[in-house]
Amino acid sequence: MEYTANKEVIAKRIARIFKDGDVVNLGIGLPTLVGNYVPAGVTIVLQSENGFLGLGPAPAPGREDPALVNAGGGFVTIQPGGAFFDSAMSFAIIRGGHVDATVLGVLEVDQKGNLANYKIPGKMVPGMGGAMDLTVGAKIVVAATEHFDKSGASKLLRACKLPLTAAGQVDFVCTDVGFFEVRNGTFVLKEYFKPYTVDYILEKTDADIVVDKDCREVDLG
Amino acid sequence: MVAKPIIAAEKAVELIKEGDTVMVGGFLGCGSPPALIDALEQQGTKNLTLVCNDTAFLNFKTGACTHVAKLVAKKQFRKIVVSHIGTNQETQRQMNEGETEVVLVPQGTLAERIRAAGAGLAGVLTPTGVGTEVQEGKQVLDVDGRKFLLEKALPGNVALLKAKKADKAGNLVYDKAARNFNPLMAMACETVIVEADEIVEIGQLDPEIVVTPSVLVHYLVRSKKQG
Repeated sequence: MEYTANKEVIAKRIARIFKDGDVVNLGIGLPTLVGNYVPAGVTIVLQSENGFLGLGPAPAPGREDPALVNAGGGFVTIQPGGAFFDSAMSFAIIRGGHVDATVLGVLEVDQKGNLANYKIPGKMVPGMGGAMDLTVGAKIVVAATEHFDKSGASKLLRACKLPLTAAGQVDFVCTDVGFFEVRNGTFVLKEYFKPYTVDYILEKTDADIVVDKDCREVDLG
Repeated sequence: MVAKPIIAAEKAVELIKEGDTVMVGGFLGCGSPPALIDALEQQGTKNLTLVCNDTAFLNFKTGACTHVAKLVAKKQFRKIVVSHIGTNQETQRQMNEGETEVVLVPQGTLAERIRAAGAGLAGVLTPTGVGTEVQEGKQVLDVDGRKFLLEKALPGNVALLKAKKADKAGNLVYDKAARNFNPLMAMACETVIVEADEIVEIGQLDPEIVVTPSVLVHYLVRSKKQG
């Protein structure tokens, strides 16, 4: 079976986690795509850690406001009912358990719920930004990642080798081949995405995986 | 209410001396004071410590260099305390080559350390960073069975801030997401200089909507936007 990276599948599946009214913080990059796939009938409130609630889509061309950007510096809008605040309030909301879910990108994620995504020593050191606070504070931490890196190596590991962003904080990992829960020091496979199979995932993933008794195939195509 | 001096950006940055810790408001430049940054670059003061959310944008390929990145490019900092340097290749280069000390602080911890400095607190206890490199060298306290890091207050000498509107007493309101670290830094520095797009008479700002109270502000600078 041939693997094809597919960010859309990851975003689509993660978007189904949310309940109506959830407060959600989406990381920059792949996690941002999740906002495009929230199911009809579910309204989520997006928190932007640079200081507001009610993050809306990009403005129409010509309507960009330099004072209204997301945490990646991209132009955005604010929804009716939104609110601006300073960085201490922003992180009080995050750390204080007022954010229901966060979705973050991955360099490495392991079966103990450790996440590494801010530093490759000596090579690339972007910094953690708000990610460490988000993983500690959000009620549900979702790691969003393609299942394999460009060299074909599994992004899901037994133990992270890179410096950690979060120690044991990840609840779910969603890749483009399946949906995993982190439970008791192991990945639990809950769903495998068409056309991949359980056997394929077990064989190709460099980590311990328990197949959930209710594990099922899901078609996100 | 006592009116605060309204001075030129060039005069304002003369208050910054070699070796000072300078806090600059803004998040990827949104909410940073452009005229004050340009004046500090012009003045060329070195051996400064920068406290900021990030070091804005500097890209070797495109030549982009914005906000505090201009001061990084001029090598005016011996130490940089920020949460993120991913958009500034020069900060990463200076760090990797050992030219500049870069301390990466989780964003929420950075905010609280600054706030603590301005609130008369020695520091804060936060669960953020437990079990990571951020924990190294710090006191870990067990409070009711959960681990917290003691993160010490982070004060500064001079704050360079940006507001949308100020009254002449120094009360401030901000513009949308350009608020970010500005109100916190206003609390944490001996000298607080605010570049404002609009400066109105005392009494013209509704006390109910003031975000930063005047007593925290020492000097006002008119932004170029105001002319």
